[in-house]
Amino acid sequence: MFPRPVRGQARALYQIALPVSLVIWLLPLLAVALTALRSAGDLAAGNYWGVPSSINFGNFAEVFARTDLGAFILNSFWVTIPTVIGAVALSCMTGFALAVYKFQGNLLVFFLFIAGNFVPFQILMVPVRDLTLDLGLYNTHLGLVLFHVAFQTGFCTLFMRNFIKALPKELIEAARVEGVSEWRIFWYVVLPLMRPAIAALSVLIFTFIWNDYFWATVLTQGPAAMPVTAGLYSLNGQWVAQWHLVSAGAIIAALPPVAMFFLMQRHFIAGLTLGAVK
Amino acid sequence: MLRTLLKPIALAAAGALIAHAAAARDLVINTDTSDPAPKAAFQALIDGFKAENPDVTVVWNNFDHEGYKTAIRNFLTAEAPDVAAWYAGNRMGPYVEAGLFEPVTDVWAEHGLNDSLKSAAASMEINGEKWGVPYTYYQWGIYYRTDIFADQGITPPKTWDELLAASAKLKAAGITPFAIGSKALWPTAGWFDYLNLRVNGYEFHMDLTAGKIPYTDPRVREVFAKWAELIEPGYFIESHAAYDWQEAVPFFVKGEAAMYLMGNFAVDVFKAGGLSPDQIGFLQFPTITPGIPMAEEAPTDTLHIPSAAKNKADAKKFLAYIARADVQSTLNATLGQLPVNKDAAVPEDKFLAAGFGVLSNAYALAQFYDRDAPADMAKAGMEGFQEFMVKPGNLDRILDRLEKVRARAY
Amino acid sequence: MATAELSLPDRRSAARATQRRLAPLLFLAPGAIMFALYVIIPVFRSIWISFYDWDGIGAATWVGLANYIELLDDEAFYTSLWNNVLWLVLYMLAVPLGLMVALFLNQTVTGIRIYKSLFFFPFVISQVVVGLVFAWFYDPSFGLLKLVMGWFGLDAPAILADERYVTYGIIAAGLWPQTAYCMILYLTGLNAVDPEQIEAGRLDGAKGWRMLWFVILPQLAPATFIAVVVTVIGALRSFDLVSIMTDGGPYGSSRVLAFYMYEQALGEYGFRMGYGAAIATVLFLIMLLYISGFLWSMWRAERGSR
Repeated sequence: MFPRPVRGQARALYQIALPVSLVIWLLPLLAVALTALRSAGDLAAGNYWGVPSSINFGNFAEVFARTDLGAFILNSFWVTIPTVIGAVALSCMTGFALAVYKFQGNLLVFFLFIAGNFVPFQILMVPVRDLTLDLGLYNTHLGLVLFHVAFQTGFCTLFMRNFIKALPKELIEAARVEGVSEWRIFWYVVLPLMRPAIAALSVLIFTFIWNDYFWATVLTQGPAAMPVTAGLYSLNGQWVAQWHLVSAGAIIAALPPVAMFFLMQRHFIAGLTLGAVK
Repeated sequence: MLRTLLKPIALAAAGALIAHAAAARDLVINTDTSDPAPKAAFQALIDGFKAENPDVTVVWNNFDHEGYKTAIRNFLTAEAPDVAAWYAGNRMGPYVEAGLFEPVTDVWAEHGLNDSLKSAAASMEINGEKWGVPYTYYQWGIYYRTDIFADQGITPPKTWDELLAASAKLKAAGITPFAIGSKALWPTAGWFDYLNLRVNGYEFHMDLTAGKIPYTDPRVREVFAKWAELIEPGYFIESHAAYDWQEAVPFFVKGEAAMYLMGNFAVDVFKAGGLSPDQIGFLQFPTITPGIPMAEEAPTDTLHIPSAAKNKADAKKFLAYIARADVQSTLNATLGQLPVNKDAAVPEDKFLAAGFGVLSNAYALAQFYDRDAPADMAKAGMEGFQEFMVKPGNLDRILDRLEKVRARAY
Repeated sequence: MATAELSLPDRRSAARATQRRLAPLLFLAPGAIMFALYVIIPVFRSIWISFYDWDGIGAATWVGLANYIELLDDEAFYTSLWNNVLWLVLYMLAVPLGLMVALFLNQTVTGIRIYKSLFFFPFVISQVVVGLVFAWFYDPSFGLLKLVMGWFGLDAPAILADERYVTYGIIAAGLWPQTAYCMILYLTGLNAVDPEQIEAGRLDGAKGWRMLWFVILPQLAPATFIAVVVTVIGALRSFDLVSIMTDGGPYGSSRVLAFYMYEQALGEYGFRMGYGAAIATVLFLIMLLYISGFLWSMWRAERGSR
């Protein structure tokens, strides 16, 4: 193991250093959490960093009561979940096609998917916005979902294709000898083996899409369809200097991906670090 | 056989549907009135309209004030409402040019608006047509702390020299003369507009925002020279580029700054911060070049009919409704702003009364830099103003840049 | 006669062969069509639009290279380009920083797993929240930075309002989640380091830095590769933080190409789709250099594995 495991006095020192460094690392976040619990009075009195005069969960209630935050959060779910399903489903198939079959242009198609995945969003912005307007899907959940599914398919294909490529080829060969049709091979042989990859991708895509801000601003415009990231920013415009509310809103907006991360940590990290070890 | 039997029934059903649709006519209204007072005012306005027109079903979409500015171009092209809120002056230019707004000259003629809304008529006109109906406006000016002025023995300045003297006195007493938050850029335009209106006058200002005068003109430089007389001695609060205008209000409330050049909507925020109305005074922006008639800044908010609207007949009815004197009286009482209709009652409020006095005697009214100038000029201009307020030494570079934008934008 | 009467297994295998030829097409079609519609075609449409003067609502006029010529003489474009370079260079710090944190956390004490996930935390939350958190951290009148610097008797500058510091301030905010990301990559990489090689290194008398440099880092190469890849993408996509923390200000000094493009095309005062598309095309070309490099290395790996 590197570095060498700490022993003796160093170990004791290390165990003190850990929590201290963690607090420093998360300091900005702790400050926000503390502020979300402050009363408006504290802020008005300039008590930003002292002990709160009272622990006040009312800010959270107020955020929901006075703004559209609840609607924004729901929108985020309406956009994120279908995207996860769509992108994972499509990429299971594209990944299968590119990993299992040898055909002309296989590598070209694969590289197009990868290349598209790195493209700066801005070069897609104007045409995608026009396309969405033309389809009559501007400011709808579906409009965002379609784009996200298409775009994430690039990344997911890379992921799935490499995963399937690493599966033992013999399984597929054996099935073919048995005379199993291609679709049934995909459905009954390969797909069950892909469960870990599907889990990892789902968690990852959930976080990516939940946290998307750019497309939320480009393709939506109000409580009808706007996800919480963009919604939070527009609320920030309305609540200038009302940091206790902004903080409470920020915490609520961050909760779902954080919960997802802690519940599905193993899959999440497996997804992120794919390829980090050979 | 069956089909022939069913046909009349289907027809009848369809007929009933159409009749139903016609009976309950939808009127879709999009507004940017997300703040509490405007929201309440519009709610009452729409209720009033519904009471008079029970056959119309009003669908009201109320947008976030800031988000609306970018949302409007999307819904105008994608799914147009029947009535949309916007602003007067050049700010409506892009939509008029693109044919997205419907001319409403006929509404003006039919309801005598050319007379009753006379003060705003010019700012609603492009290419000889009227493009909307104004319903409210408000004054800009210098709000000051009466208590601090009294402590320091300052009388409200009427001329530039008096303003400089008052500022010097405040600065010496450890009080920053002016609060401003320039993060959102537009508060700087208030300063530029007033300085230009006072140094060079209304006609020059309008020619400049209409792109007829180069930014490198010595008369434009004169405006910045006056501005520098306030910037260089440190008469504006520090780090103003870090604050929105609301975030700069605490300096004014705590007495760390004594004056604030703003629109009348700021009074609510001053009061919410803890100032009593007696502590706040309003003064007209002082004279700079003697003999130049005093023009004022008075941004006007308006309603328009998109050309893709489905129910233009009722939309016109709604525009005529909001132009009425009695409607504007009630609406503006809740808004805390001034009605445009000359027969409407001015709400009872000392700041509005002061503002009404100033505006009624004004030589002319300017909208605001970002409403008078076209969009890309406005953006570049306000960025330049902010840069100048932080780094007055960059003036030459700023003006060259603005001149480049002007050459392209018009 | 015999040729026409294929035996049953042969006929089946012919059908099977057709099926196997068609299968990849059918499996690819839905994903590929979506991807083409929303990603590949829009890239070319954007490049096409960049030759037009178009306000996004009216008719478009062909202007040839005028947008690009204007870019060459646009101060704001150079500011954005320069900031993009700053982002690219400084964002790379996330890679060594992530390695440092990973080395620090690669121990076996009780509760280390929880520490690892809490250190990773900033990556999970959205950039909107990170931006708001840091904007507040930097606030010149009551921010945490001012408070901390005050303890040392220092006066905190208004980071986000000062053109000298603003871009660095935003990059620092971006480094926070990005470091966490690199950290997790290295932690996984460190897990897979071959203990025998470490022992061999120790026997040769390698310690500390030498050990890290000559024994560990070569084994971490795949993790480093991915860390660099995702960090470059992150740096070029630096839109969210700029938009949330400063809106490009003060007076445009913290713009990056991605933000400038949005501002020109869809911002409050932006009606210039063609000009925005031209900026996006430049950004795309920069990215293309990098994509080509990445694909090249992928291609070599693919060839190697065959």
